Amino acid sequence: MAESASERRRREEEAQFAERGVSLWQDAWRRLLRNRMAVAGLLFIGFLVFCFITADFLPPYSYREADYENTRIGPRWPDHIFGTDKLGRDVFSRVWWGTRVSLTVAVVGSLTALVIGVTYGAISGYLGGRIDNLMMRFVDVMYGFPTLLFIILIMVVLPSETAIQGMINIFIAIGVVGWMGMARLVRGQFLSLREKEFVLAARMVGAGPARIISRHLLPNSLGPAIVSLTLGIPSLILTEAVLSFIGLGVPPPYPSWGQMVSEGWRGLRATPHLTVFPGLAISLTMLAFNFLGDGLRDALDPTMRGTALVRAARRKKRRARRAARRAAAKAA
Amino acid sequence: MTAESEPLVQVHHLKKYFPITRGIIIQHHIGDIKAVDDVSFDIYKGETLGLVGETGCGKTTVGRTMLRLYEPTDGQVIFDGVDLAALRRDEMRRMRRRMQMIFQDPYASLNPRMTVGNIIAEPLEVHGVAHGKEKRERVQELLRLVGLNPYFVNRYPHEFSGGQRQRIGIARALALNPDLIICDEPISSLDVSIQAQVVNLLEDLQDRLGLTYLFIAHDLSMVRHISDRMAVMYLGKIVELADRNEIYLNPLHPYTQALMSAVPVPDPVVEEKRQRIILKGEIPSPANPPEGCNFNTRCPVAIDTCFEVEPEFIEVQEGHFCACHLVKGQ
Repeated sequence: MAESASERRRREEEAQFAERGVSLWQDAWRRLLRNRMAVAGLLFIGFLVFCFITADFLPPYSYREADYENTRIGPRWPDHIFGTDKLGRDVFSRVWWGTRVSLTVAVVGSLTALVIGVTYGAISGYLGGRIDNLMMRFVDVMYGFPTLLFIILIMVVLPSETAIQGMINIFIAIGVVGWMGMARLVRGQFLSLREKEFVLAARMVGAGPARIISRHLLPNSLGPAIVSLTLGIPSLILTEAVLSFIGLGVPPPYPSWGQMVSEGWRGLRATPHLTVFPGLAISLTMLAFNFLGDGLRDALDPTMRGTALVRAARRKKRRARRAARRAAAKAA
Repeated sequence: MTAESEPLVQVHHLKKYFPITRGIIIQHHIGDIKAVDDVSFDIYKGETLGLVGETGCGKTTVGRTMLRLYEPTDGQVIFDGVDLAALRRDEMRRMRRRMQMIFQDPYASLNPRMTVGNIIAEPLEVHGVAHGKEKRERVQELLRLVGLNPYFVNRYPHEFSGGQRQRIGIARALALNPDLIICDEPISSLDVSIQAQVVNLLEDLQDRLGLTYLFIAHDLSMVRHISDRMAVMYLGKIVELADRNEIYLNPLHPYTQALMSAVPVPDPVVEEKRQRIILKGEIPSPANPPEGCNFNTRCPVAIDTCFEVEPEFIEVQEGHFCACHLVKGQ
């Protein structure tokens, strides 16, 4: 009897031990899932990824398949639901394929921002002092260039003999200009975190720079970095669209949304579908990333950390509503 | 109780100046903030030395400079016969096992992205003293030692109250079995009821583990409660140092007198008669301290010498140090 009781207690203790705390990341994730717009954005981005993967075999036509019998026809069910362009290529399939360019730009731009920007900002912010000063002045100079002009310069300088090479050039150009904002953000985060007591405590214990950066500074500056990354993606996609629009972007026949808009807008009155559908794709994608970014910011914002209070307020409101309903039912 | 034992730490003429610079790329050195300006004191093994003073007088800087969180500008910190100020970085790293710090703000001193277990295990990992199962057991033992449930290892700091967080900070400080713990206002940001709990825990740990404390605070009654001896700081200097009762009953320095007169007495008869010495003016900037005695701008009894000559910090009675021209004669 006594044995079984102690055994039971031990089992309970072990069960308690397995209980894990809720990390701030998990907490943020839950909060994100409660945000409807953010979830909608996330779902749309998921849909884009699906389009990206299936662009080679699911669309009804290939992006380069011309049908000279049916040029510039409007949306027509069921063969050309978005219509065709001046060469009779299916707009629906081309918009579908266009996700490849936009998402690649988003990923490449974010990756360079993450790799170059975070590293650069981390070094600058961690070292501080004169080196920080010099590194940030360099960023200021880079920032001073008009972005578009700078990209055009890069595109002109880089060799672009094949179409694929041309496409790679765009990614390089967008990557080169995209990391400065991230560098500044991370550097600022590091500067303020470096003086926090938990970092002092780690130094007190004798932790080296590698440990302090990887365990203390980076995890705590990642939240704002992710938010700025997500909110920066729309402008990356737009930059690509603008480049393609002015003819410096993705070389034909590869379709990109910006290029399609550029080809279509001259005939906006006669054939609006050539502009509207790719334009809609650009807008929706930008909106989706913006909503997700906003949601992430709300979810990761440390000032929102008093969730217990928020939850209590919500519970109270719910209870009041239920009571009102019950009272109404009773009256009826 | 302390006179027989030997000092664990001897601080000699410790100085910490923070440079003030101007210029964007080429920086000119235009002055110094004298946060700690020539401070000397000893801490004996097993004692608690209280360090009090108003905000901005350099208490925290003393603690941090002693442990080389800031590089000292000048002076020596002799810890168990070794001058910490002269050690190389890697030598200092090894010495860190023997001294730790408890921080003021329990909300800022724990990394919000780490579990409690990882926070407490960090010192063990950095010094490679325990691994795997041994490490986990040590962490649980530490949690139990500070009065927390050992099952909290997988929780995160934001799931705890201020008092509990401070206990986690204490557990981290104890992880390496240090000799000296610098308590940097460990109770200032806690509720009064929790303050008592944490102070009792600190006292209990001192008895059990033979710890030596430097207890930095601005709550005079709390410092009197926990300390064996007390030092009073003003504008980067220690103005008076004595046994805690001595300094309460017989303060010699005019600043200490004013400070002690501000402590309420929980006895209506005595409290009625308590005369507050109200100091006029503000504490001067440590970037530009007054000539002569630091305190001369606010001292109610200053004489001409005070504006010209800096008073020395001398032993005026046995175990009672003071830096004041007027006290010298006594």
